[in-house]
Amino acid sequence: MIIDFFEILLNAGFWAATIRIACPLIFATLGELICERAGVLNLGIEGIMTAGAMVGWTAVYLGADLPTGILYAALVGALFGLLHANFTVHLGASQHVTGIGITLLASSLSYFAFRLILPSSTTPPKIEAFQPLQIPLLSDLPFFGPVLFQHTGFTYLAFLLVPLTMWLINKSPFGLAIKMAGENPMALEAQGINVLTIRTLAVMIGSAFMAIGGAYLTMSAFNAFYFGMINGRGWIAIALVIFASWKPKQALLGALLFAGLDAYQVRAQQLAGAFIPYQFFLMLPYVLSIFAMVIAAKKTRYPKALLIPFRRGERH
Amino acid sequence: MRLEARDHVPEWLTFLVPILAIFFSLFVAATLLIIADAPPLESFYYLIKGAFGSKNAIAETGARATPLILTGLAAGIAFRAKFWNIGAEGQLYAGAIAVTVVGTGAINLPSTLMIPFLFLVGALAGAVAILPSVILKQLFKVDEVVTTLLMNFIIILFVSFVLDGPLKDPMSMGWPQAASIVDSGVLPQIMERTRLHFGFIVAIVTALMIWFILGKTTFGFKIRAVGYNSSAAYHSGHSVIKTMILVACISGGLAGLAGVTETAGLKGYLTLDLSPGFGYTGIAVAMLAALNPIGIVFSAIFLATIYVGADSMSRAMNVPTYLADVVVAVTVLSVLISLVLTQYKFYFKSNSK
Amino acid sequence: MTKVSKKFGTLTANENISFSVSKGEILAVLGENGAGKTTLMNVIFGHYIPDSGTIALKGVRMRSGDTKAAIKSGIGMVHQHFTLAENLTVLENILIGRNPLWGWTLNTKAAEQKIMDISERFGLKIDPHARVLDLSVGEKQRLEILKTLYSNCDLVILDEPTASLTPQEVDNLFVTIQSMVKSGLSVILISHKLDEILKVSDRILVLRHGKVVADMARVKANKALLAELIVGRKIKRPIQKKAKFTSKVLDLNSINTSPTQGSPMGLKNIDLELRGGEIHGIAGVAGNGQRALCELIAGQIKPQSGNLAYKGVLVNSFNVKKFMAMGIAYIPEDRNIDGVIGDMSIQENSVLSELNNPKIATPRGFLLLKECVAYAKNICKKYDVRTQSLSQPARLLSGGNVQKLLIGRWLERNPNVIIACQPTRGLDEGAIAAVHSMLLNAKSDGRAILVVTEDLDELLLISDKVSVMYNGSLTAAKQAKKLEKREIGLMMTGSKIEETIR
Repeated sequence: MIIDFFEILLNAGFWAATIRIACPLIFATLGELICERAGVLNLGIEGIMTAGAMVGWTAVYLGADLPTGILYAALVGALFGLLHANFTVHLGASQHVTGIGITLLASSLSYFAFRLILPSSTTPPKIEAFQPLQIPLLSDLPFFGPVLFQHTGFTYLAFLLVPLTMWLINKSPFGLAIKMAGENPMALEAQGINVLTIRTLAVMIGSAFMAIGGAYLTMSAFNAFYFGMINGRGWIAIALVIFASWKPKQALLGALLFAGLDAYQVRAQQLAGAFIPYQFFLMLPYVLSIFAMVIAAKKTRYPKALLIPFRRGERH
Repeated sequence: MRLEARDHVPEWLTFLVPILAIFFSLFVAATLLIIADAPPLESFYYLIKGAFGSKNAIAETGARATPLILTGLAAGIAFRAKFWNIGAEGQLYAGAIAVTVVGTGAINLPSTLMIPFLFLVGALAGAVAILPSVILKQLFKVDEVVTTLLMNFIIILFVSFVLDGPLKDPMSMGWPQAASIVDSGVLPQIMERTRLHFGFIVAIVTALMIWFILGKTTFGFKIRAVGYNSSAAYHSGHSVIKTMILVACISGGLAGLAGVTETAGLKGYLTLDLSPGFGYTGIAVAMLAALNPIGIVFSAIFLATIYVGADSMSRAMNVPTYLADVVVAVTVLSVLISLVLTQYKFYFKSNSK
Repeated sequence: MTKVSKKFGTLTANENISFSVSKGEILAVLGENGAGKTTLMNVIFGHYIPDSGTIALKGVRMRSGDTKAAIKSGIGMVHQHFTLAENLTVLENILIGRNPLWGWTLNTKAAEQKIMDISERFGLKIDPHARVLDLSVGEKQRLEILKTLYSNCDLVILDEPTASLTPQEVDNLFVTIQSMVKSGLSVILISHKLDEILKVSDRILVLRHGKVVADMARVKANKALLAELIVGRKIKRPIQKKAKFTSKVLDLNSINTSPTQGSPMGLKNIDLELRGGEIHGIAGVAGNGQRALCELIAGQIKPQSGNLAYKGVLVNSFNVKKFMAMGIAYIPEDRNIDGVIGDMSIQENSVLSELNNPKIATPRGFLLLKECVAYAKNICKKYDVRTQSLSQPARLLSGGNVQKLLIGRWLERNPNVIIACQPTRGLDEGAIAAVHSMLLNAKSDGRAILVVTEDLDELLLISDKVSVMYNGSLTAAKQAKKLEKREIGLMMTGSKIEETIR
């Protein structure tokens, strides 16, 4: 019986599922990472992901092609990001309260708009979602085929985004400005770079990533939009950002680790369902996130200027 | 554009904040109504009618306001001490579970004892639910926003578990719901043949108590001092850690009380959909009232009006009910704008150094 | 000899200051705190606009108030408090702003090469890939200097560069400065450490109360002369009331604290006796451990070794509440951060520490609002706290009134020990006089008072005994009557008092 629990790890389906489950987390974590690196805590993530999920799906439902759907989702995400930045970066309002407000607003607007477009639906309608790509030779490999090479284009996009973000943060001048904005904005200002602009752009880009993460759920993982489908992934991403020490590579690892545990618990449920109620398995991701935060808290090196609004011309 | 903090915010300006906020959110509501092809004025008429148009309507509004007052107080008192408790939703359910465990037959007391007992149990459960988050914050500096939030999901899953198993009502014919609260524990109606129950009175009394504590006791003083400037409070001999823990527990307890009113007052038994987000709405209630306990009562009634009115308005005008949620969300953001507008002076020309 | 930086500044902090710096010259600027050194440098660097006067670099007049222009024309400044991003690497801190924002690359290879070159030329060893957080203070300073050199500066201003360096690092710094001037740069060095200035500078400029009092070549200067110039000859001595009691109230013996507690250098073997009816003044440039000492006596820090006795009894547990109950009052130096709660009313601030006082609140915890108002009214009347209304937020009070409120609040508790840290910093003359008389009255009531201050005039005005804090250690206490400002000035700058010429 115990063997069965280990055998889960040998199952190709398990690993494929891990990759799929990781994707929205990768988008979300990278997005939040960029915001926080610039010094802004974006608690609107859960709402923005909802909005992205709804907008991307609806765009396709109304006739757009899939890549355009992603674009619309990103745009809406960036708009909410702009709204967030307006409050927090330009007006210096509380980042905590603004974030909660944005989450409430983005979610409720999404549900409202969805109901407006599809007033009567007991079962949510479906779209033609992204299909797994067929890569010659690689897709047919035993084990590694299904695990690595039978995913949708959207999935590969998520993984591509990791090196892209790494390049952005670590190798580009814009990324350096973002980091400075989050560590010592005065030094940035002293070089003649507008801190407010950099922070706003960072929040917009990060929010776009978050929205894309939401869209992944409705356009690749599933093909319909359900109410409450984000289900706390946004909040988990916030914990993962801390766990990843604000580094993209570690964010990827964190997301994979987390997704692996999530995929595992689904399968373990089937084995142990008789003994342990499924709800406890479902609790695991959230409990683990809290643990991740506790572990990370000890070695935490927050971006120094996180949560502190920057006022022009202020000096020590 | 430059912002400069005002030295002193005149009293009338602080009252302007919620008024501006309300106007702004109604403006957004009107815009959405137009987009939804519903004439705004007519819709607002149905909204008011739905909330106040009949005895039943008023009772519904009052019943809706009850948990909102309590979760609003929970958010209000925590935010005062700068403890960002976003877990009121979970703490509410914790209270609901607790009263279900003791109140469905396990213990039997006469009403006059049973009801206070249930409230006590619910409050304790809510306080216990928040304890991990505040301890993690004090010991390990773990951000309480995320931990209280994640606890919501954990607790709600736990509710699902107990409704499937241990607390499942054998007579519910398969529906996941718990047994009813025993008669002696049910909160009596205060308006006949309506759903308005004793919990409404409890909520208002609680608001008065919190107002009293904050303004007239040393503990309330400490809460405010620690929230405004924990360093100066420390230098004056106050224990910041103890104060924070107590405040958090009270906050959790208040949310737990909301769980009691909904389970023992409104519904009579625990279900998974006991709270359609009261915990989160409580944050909006608190913000709109500038964290003032008496203001929270009015703010809760206002938002309850929106929700109850929107229910009937959406039926009449064929507009999605989520409009109410949008209004609530906009309220939070417009309070923030109004705060900035009143606390700062704007300079539009950039002065040369 | 062509590079010239002339300045005729006039702010109330700087009065009609003119001087010049030549190419390849090290100019030291000396003066007490408040003498105007930092203001002057900020004017040169463009942070402030002078009311009158001009600055010219290499014969070209500079636009005032434009930091970016200052940097561009070749002035670099290494501030006392570093402007570094701790979590980023050395390379990243240098590269910020040097590449077009929308470019594709940071050109790290070229930058690394340039850093290596500068490193070698000026003896500034540093690892470009090290995280700033992991650097020692000396290395962080090297990085700050590197930043200015990277920008090809002609004039570098160093503000109190040796403040937190070890002797070894100080030597390294001087080697660097020498190689900088050999390459043709000019250096302005702000410092209060006479030894170092005499070692390394070419010319010395002394400021006092915003004016230039001396502009001399180094060869003409010596320590005694400089100390005298810095503090001036006049000393105001008041008529001191004779102390009534002189019993020992607080006794610190060989107190040591670790560098992580409150002060970057830790307290080293502190011996201190506070007596009732006596004011003990502690002089010293800020940052030498004064804050840690105050916090220790207030009960906020527990010493690593050594003991503290209160009224003859050893104290084992250190917490604020207990020390307050014992009768120790602490008036902190950041009165707006640690003293008053700006957003609460004056009335509420008056009773902030009195929640256990049966006059203010019942034992059950109910505030007696009428009594609170009366208490606040009393404090404001007794200690001359001027305000339009008691219910105004405390942040509207002027600095002097805040201080009077704080001291008054503590005095109402009838404390046995009062610790006042920089009590008159930032106050106007009237408020200063009021605070002094409050402290002197407290002294004649028999209380033991500790005053930490950088203002030597104040120190000698009100103290009975004086010690000096330097690098975490406290000198032996001397009678204030017998001390000259000059001697204290020397002690503050690190020299031993035996070297004083009487």
